[in-house]
Amino acid sequence: MTTGSLLDDLYREILLDHYRQPRNHNPLDAPTCSADGSNPLCGDQVRIEVSVAGDRIVGISFSGRGCSISQASTSMMTEYVKGRSAEDARKGIDAFQQMMVTAESPGIEGFDDIEALIGVAKFPARVKCASLGWKTLEQALAGEGGAVTTDERSVEHA
Amino acid sequence: MTLTAQNSGNSASNARLPYDINRIRRDFPILKRDIGGVPLVYLDNAATSQKPVQVIAELTRFYRDHNANVHRGVHTLSVEATELYEGARSKIAAFIGASDPHEIIFTRGTTESINLVAHSWGRKHLQAGDEVVVSEIEHHSNIVPWQMLRDERGIVLKYIPMLPDGTLDLQVARSLIGPKTKLLSITAMSNALGTIVPLQELIPLAKAQGALVLVDGAQSVPHMAVDVQALGIDFLAFSGHKMLGPTGIGVLWGRMPVLESMDPFMGGGDMILNVTMEQSTWADVPAKFEAGTPNIADAIGLGAAVDYLSALGMDEVRRHEIEITDYALRRLGDVPGVTIFGPMDAQQRGGVVSFELEGVHPHDVGQVLDTKGVAIRTGHHCAQPVMAALDVPATARASFYIYNTTAEVDALASALEAASAFFGVRA
Repeated sequence: MTTGSLLDDLYREILLDHYRQPRNHNPLDAPTCSADGSNPLCGDQVRIEVSVAGDRIVGISFSGRGCSISQASTSMMTEYVKGRSAEDARKGIDAFQQMMVTAESPGIEGFDDIEALIGVAKFPARVKCASLGWKTLEQALAGEGGAVTTDERSVEHA
Repeated sequence: MTLTAQNSGNSASNARLPYDINRIRRDFPILKRDIGGVPLVYLDNAATSQKPVQVIAELTRFYRDHNANVHRGVHTLSVEATELYEGARSKIAAFIGASDPHEIIFTRGTTESINLVAHSWGRKHLQAGDEVVVSEIEHHSNIVPWQMLRDERGIVLKYIPMLPDGTLDLQVARSLIGPKTKLLSITAMSNALGTIVPLQELIPLAKAQGALVLVDGAQSVPHMAVDVQALGIDFLAFSGHKMLGPTGIGVLWGRMPVLESMDPFMGGGDMILNVTMEQSTWADVPAKFEAGTPNIADAIGLGAAVDYLSALGMDEVRRHEIEITDYALRRLGDVPGVTIFGPMDAQQRGGVVSFELEGVHPHDVGQVLDTKGVAIRTGHHCAQPVMAALDVPATARASFYIYNTTAEVDALASALEAASAFFGVRA
């Protein structure tokens, strides 16, 4: 089948792989912090649980349902931050958000797979899907719990 | 000079041409567009319809030749603008079977029309404990204004529940509508599922209790003949942009004695009879509800849209939509992995098909379809209670109008097969 290069740009193989087989998808026994995120307009939902020991993220898991981009981006994020310091994780969050704006590689270590999401930057309607997991992790690490949304609009017209 | 719309639709009473879809499609310039090199297949008509050249030309003609404020001047242009604006009001009144054009109030759309009723009728006539009955399949615009009034005035809001097939539970409706019911505010057709609500069964239940009836016609007025007097209702709300007209213009029709019993919606120019520093008296209906300079050009554009639909004949419009919806239900039903929500009988639903594709989120479905030129809607369709009842976060929705063809339904079906294959759900 032909799907067009634009579509292949958005849905890179590594992204589809994470969507079909999400990593770190089993709940943690004793998370030290967690947060819920959602995009009500799209119906994207993620819940992120983190175990922090000292300054290190020793465990992370996510659950939820939503579009391939929100779920795959969250899956990739969990792989990236696992074993890193909370400070490195925050740098990764910033780098990801920067990447969604500039559509350029942030050139940081461990981002190779994640750079497959650069194509999302060309689809403004989908940036909020890709950002959901990262924003939710930010909230969890800030220890604020609560709920996150990357929807900028709060109403929808039909 | 005469100032009537210069299009064939003007001869609504003349003998009608046969339903010629190719001729209709030629009237819509946007249908010639391509999307990334493939032809546009526009299937998002429940969100907004496309506009024929007749409506676009009427807007241009007004701004080029007749633009002035209405109801204010003795100069020629103001007289012409007033004549065109009031002419549109008369056309719309005739289109929905209203006996008096003054019962037509121009608003920004269905949402504003319902809010006007909640504000001007609800606040005047409803007290704590009074009941407003809506349904579970309403658009948010027929839920939220009543929730706001409930929180302000202590009225009780009751919902006629949805059955699993997307129709309403009329059994429960019979017990919900009682002596405390003051208003039944109900959609004629669900925007999320296409369900056509059996108004002829519900309206007598409300009338038997002395309650008023508001019909949300946002999805019905564009797609089928609606006659407010035959229905025996008190309010009808609808939008221009879903029925070939411009955005930013809509209608509230109300029965004159009811409209006369209501207080103004907004205060300002055009809605007063007399203003002193101490107090003001109100103008007659409809001016009482049209404060400020109205949306003159778009009202006239809506008049042209009504001419166009009248020339086609609303029975023909409905017949075409039953045909294409029936085809779509069968065609999409054959696509592996597709689950269709709502009634499966095209006689019981408007030209709206809400569905999900197994293993592919609606957002991803919409994205893949866009690369095939197919424009559909994905999301909760401003009907989150419906999504909750179906236990889905969102659906994909294809919705049809006068210019859609069965070939376009085929394009949708093969694009869905491509989406399934792309996400590797099915080999």
